[in-house]
Amino acid sequence: MSSAAQVSAERSRTRLSPRSAARLRRMTLRGAAIVYLGAMVALPVAAVVTKGFGDGFAGLRTALDVPGGMAAIRLTLITSTVAALISAVMGTMLAYVLVRYSFRGRRALSAIVDLPLAIPTLVTGVMLVALYGPNSLIGGFLADLGIQVIFTPIAIMLALLVVSLPLVVRSVQPVLQELDPAEEEAAATLGASSWATFYRIVLPAIRPAIAGGTLLTFARCLGEFGSVVLVAGNIPNETLTAPVFIFQLANQFRPVEAAAVATLLFTLSFVLVLVTGRLLRRKEED
Amino acid sequence: MSALPQTAKPARTVDLPGTARRRLVRGVVVTLCFLYVGVLLLLPLVGIVWTAFESGISTILATFRLPDVQHAFFLTGVITLITLVVTTFFGVITAWVLVRQHFPGKSLLNALVDLPFALSPVTVGLAAVILFGLGGWLEPFFASRGIQILFAVPSMVLVTIFICIPFTIREVVPVLEEIGKDEEDAAHTLGASILQTWRRVTLPNIRWGLLYGVALTTARSIGEIGAVLIVSGLIKGKTETATLFIFTAIEERQSTEAYIVALTLATVSIILLVAIETARHRIEGRKEGT
Repeated sequence: MSSAAQVSAERSRTRLSPRSAARLRRMTLRGAAIVYLGAMVALPVAAVVTKGFGDGFAGLRTALDVPGGMAAIRLTLITSTVAALISAVMGTMLAYVLVRYSFRGRRALSAIVDLPLAIPTLVTGVMLVALYGPNSLIGGFLADLGIQVIFTPIAIMLALLVVSLPLVVRSVQPVLQELDPAEEEAAATLGASSWATFYRIVLPAIRPAIAGGTLLTFARCLGEFGSVVLVAGNIPNETLTAPVFIFQLANQFRPVEAAAVATLLFTLSFVLVLVTGRLLRRKEED
Repeated sequence: MSALPQTAKPARTVDLPGTARRRLVRGVVVTLCFLYVGVLLLLPLVGIVWTAFESGISTILATFRLPDVQHAFFLTGVITLITLVVTTFFGVITAWVLVRQHFPGKSLLNALVDLPFALSPVTVGLAAVILFGLGGWLEPFFASRGIQILFAVPSMVLVTIFICIPFTIREVVPVLEEIGKDEEDAAHTLGASILQTWRRVTLPNIRWGLLYGVALTTARSIGEIGAVLIVSGLIKGKTETATLFIFTAIEERQSTEAYIVALTLATVSIILLVAIETARHRIEGRKEGT
């Protein structure tokens, strides 16, 4: 009896039973995932929050006292809101057109919509400078008319609209594809106008997807840097946005103030990203 | 679906009230879409191609021969490659764990995956400065070993990885969910080791989702600017990536070189986009096929 127990104890010491070996592998993979996300994501974020709010709101207060600080946050909130709203309308329209209509150039249009996913944001900024800059193709023409685009909030808006173009389209499109067009055809046959059909039949079904895409756009715009920094001119109180403001604070070796503003922005952004996830998941469960 | 309306249309046009109006609305809406996309994207794209080629082919070739430009492209390539290896390897593991395993704190892990989407790149760079800069949590460890992280390539790689973490995971998770675990279980029951199961069953199943994630990661890491700008220290010929080269060139009013390098990056991105589109069609084709 004792020898049998000894043998099995020996065996378990030298070689794990298949079940515990599988368990070990599962735990190793889980550990790898937790360490990866913990070290690469949680740690840096925790460092920023601790730096910014380690001494309570003092850091945020000094940051907002910096000339142009308050205005930078306000400008970012305003431009992001406007960009998100325009993107919501145009994105929905694009998604509808891409799904419901067949026309020449549809695939090209679909590919162009995805371009901002691939083109570097800084390159987007460079493209806008090349087009609307003082000595450029359209910039020179518009300057003669007395319209300035570059170094104004209009340029910021353009940059934000370009980089966030695919977000609403790509969240509405799959939902529209699932939607049976029979109802729309029935409404049309019964005499409903195009607008009435869209408003009464299509819109209720895609509303969560539009809301999700719009929130995502807003969150994305709050933090946008690469496309904005070149075209905005970064004039305090006029065209200085919050991310560029954080960049300047960091460059002036004021990490506490920079971290405070950064924490404020990403908390707002992260809540929106989470809400978006909920909205889109709820739609899937329906 | 695309072929059906064309054959069905003649019969329907008779019944539908207000067909002319409907057609007008449709024309206006489609035109609006093309105008919007044209002004926002096509026009700027034409603008940069025009401005870059206006300088002449010889200027373009001369720009590519500049040592600073060559080094910038090289550094971008190195950072992108390391980022790809790390985010793909750990991304697939993390996605698998998130889909196949259940444990307390999983939703927290899920939220961590999305966190980089919410952070401005500038904030990511700031985080690296806070962690590795003077008085940072990790500064004593590396300083005592004489390893330079900040204002050197390691911090640039780290911030790029941070920013790219969600892409692979978010593309692979839905594919893993869709295929289910039956095949993996079957392989396992038939005596395949965990590595064999991965290589023969899991990886082939997720390959298109993975490719999509890899393409997005590559595009993002080639184009990263906000985070690397803060941590690089902008040392010419050492910590200058392609995007940083463009940034400094524009600031120093050497626009032509900036336009040429920017156009090159845009071209690479567009090639990547074609890869992305192909992967997406494959994924959708798969879905329709099953």
